[in-house]
Amino acid sequence: MSSQLQPEMHAAVQPKTKKSLNRMKRSDWFWAYLMIAPTLIGLGVFYLWPIVQTIYLSFTKWGGFGKYKWAGLHNYELLFKDPYLWIALKNTLIYTVVAVPVGIAISIFIAVLLNQKIKGITIYRTLYFLPVVTMAAAVAMVWRWLYNADYGLINYLLGLVGIEGPRWISDPAIALYAVIIVAVWSSIGYNMVIFLAGLQGIPRSYYEAAEIDGAGPIRMFFKITLPLLTPSIFFVSITSLIGAFQVFDLIYLMLGSKMGNPATEQTQTMAYLFFTNGFESGNGGYAAAVAVVLLVMILIVTAIQMKLQKKWVHYD
Amino acid sequence: MSAYTSLNKTAKNLLVHLMLIVGALVMVAPFVWMVLTSLKSLGESTQVPPVILPTKYQWENYTHIFEMLPFLDFYWNTVITTVAKVIGQVFLCSLAAYAFARIEFPGRNALFILFLTVLMVPGQVFLLPQFMIMKELGWLNTLTALIVPGLFSAFGTFLLRQFFMSLPKELEEAAKLDGCNHFQIYWRIMLPLAKPGLIALAIFVALWSWNDLMWPLIVNSTPDKMPLSAGLAYLTGEHTNLTNYPILMAGSVLAIWPMIIVFIFLQKHFVEGITLTGSK
Repeated sequence: MSSQLQPEMHAAVQPKTKKSLNRMKRSDWFWAYLMIAPTLIGLGVFYLWPIVQTIYLSFTKWGGFGKYKWAGLHNYELLFKDPYLWIALKNTLIYTVVAVPVGIAISIFIAVLLNQKIKGITIYRTLYFLPVVTMAAAVAMVWRWLYNADYGLINYLLGLVGIEGPRWISDPAIALYAVIIVAVWSSIGYNMVIFLAGLQGIPRSYYEAAEIDGAGPIRMFFKITLPLLTPSIFFVSITSLIGAFQVFDLIYLMLGSKMGNPATEQTQTMAYLFFTNGFESGNGGYAAAVAVVLLVMILIVTAIQMKLQKKWVHYD
Repeated sequence: MSAYTSLNKTAKNLLVHLMLIVGALVMVAPFVWMVLTSLKSLGESTQVPPVILPTKYQWENYTHIFEMLPFLDFYWNTVITTVAKVIGQVFLCSLAAYAFARIEFPGRNALFILFLTVLMVPGQVFLLPQFMIMKELGWLNTLTALIVPGLFSAFGTFLLRQFFMSLPKELEEAAKLDGCNHFQIYWRIMLPLAKPGLIALAIFVALWSWNDLMWPLIVNSTPDKMPLSAGLAYLTGEHTNLTNYPILMAGSVLAIWPMIIVFIFLQKHFVEGITLTGSK
């Protein structure tokens, strides 16, 4: 406030200040542009221009040695006829629809448990967070080993209770769910921290009042906790959804190449389809079209979520 | 009555702990199994029923992996990349964030929308052209390729801008009257105050950089230029197709311990940083 008033007050006394105000403004602008320039140029070259370039590339056909020429809608025609696109689309959607809500539900459950003023919160939090700081390459490796049909610990333990475990990562009907289990396992810690912060923002007095009214813990959860947690749930669901649409690391690492594993082809996702076409078989134009479809999907779903949020997210 | 409620409370507490312990076991068991397997011989690791503890600890699995792969190079590449990205991003993003949050200039909103666009777009949309740029510049199979695109971040700028905006306006007015320019205000006044935000960003960048897979997989195909993540993937890939799990587990342990140590020591900051992004 005062910054706007002061120069004017000066102006009444000194006729020259209009000029110096201008000079000050220019100096402000100069510094602003100078400070933004490195990041702006970097983002321009490595991120913004590539968006344009990818859209352009999606209309080109690639030959050898990275040469490409204009091909109109050719890639999109191929794409929509390609059975693998529909497989990838289906898998990406199943992955998203299962992994995101299940991950959120479990994270909220753990966060509510941790919010009960109990001892050892730090230790629990540390343990639950371990998968978050662990690289997917290592996570995938140990789970492949745990899932191993012949020597894996999981099927051995299932065997002890009389269940014959499936071939987790080579059965096309199971493989996607095997990956989803690992994805949920590794995301719980991160989401839990966000929910825990959200829970700590809910005033204790709300619960005390409800207790006087004779509300039980389950009623309190649905009437107080869940509604007041909706801003956190909204944030987590947006970021998890965008992440789920792009799932690649775990699929690529856990299932291995199409040659080695019959389930891989049936379990590929959009990002996997993009990667193999763009960087393994040299169909850059085709891969670009996959990326554009993925972009459109994410924009649509995010727009829908933004629209729907007014209906269920409580801001006070 | 009070005896009853306190008993009830103890029972409830026990139940909460019980559920949390079961959950914690599920979270930790794969790590324990990783370490145990890494110390077994190949024969022992494939025994049915499984042996829990190794009968003889095979520490040589850990030396073995250094003979099979340039693991020291993996470490070096990962550490250099991570340190460079953290320093670069924290510095460059905080500069831009300061300008966006604290200075009024023509085109501010339009430029900020450009930044937000980058934030919204999935990574796959950038990758092909980024790869082509790296190829054009002759940067494939160099550390430069791993580092340079990661120096710039819309997310980092956004995060720090939120942080700078929360600081009171009077701060720089006093400094301005003393004749400080914007860089001086940024450097001397804002940066020290924004420390929690800077640390949060540094942690995010470090975590993503250390664990990033797709980009290194794309640009660096020779093992001695790979970071740990791509190196581990390479180990199981078509080239080596190794199924000696004790050795693979030893490699995994070697790849993940530094981040786990960093996390345990900086846990408070991790949690604050995540909360910061999740709060608005």
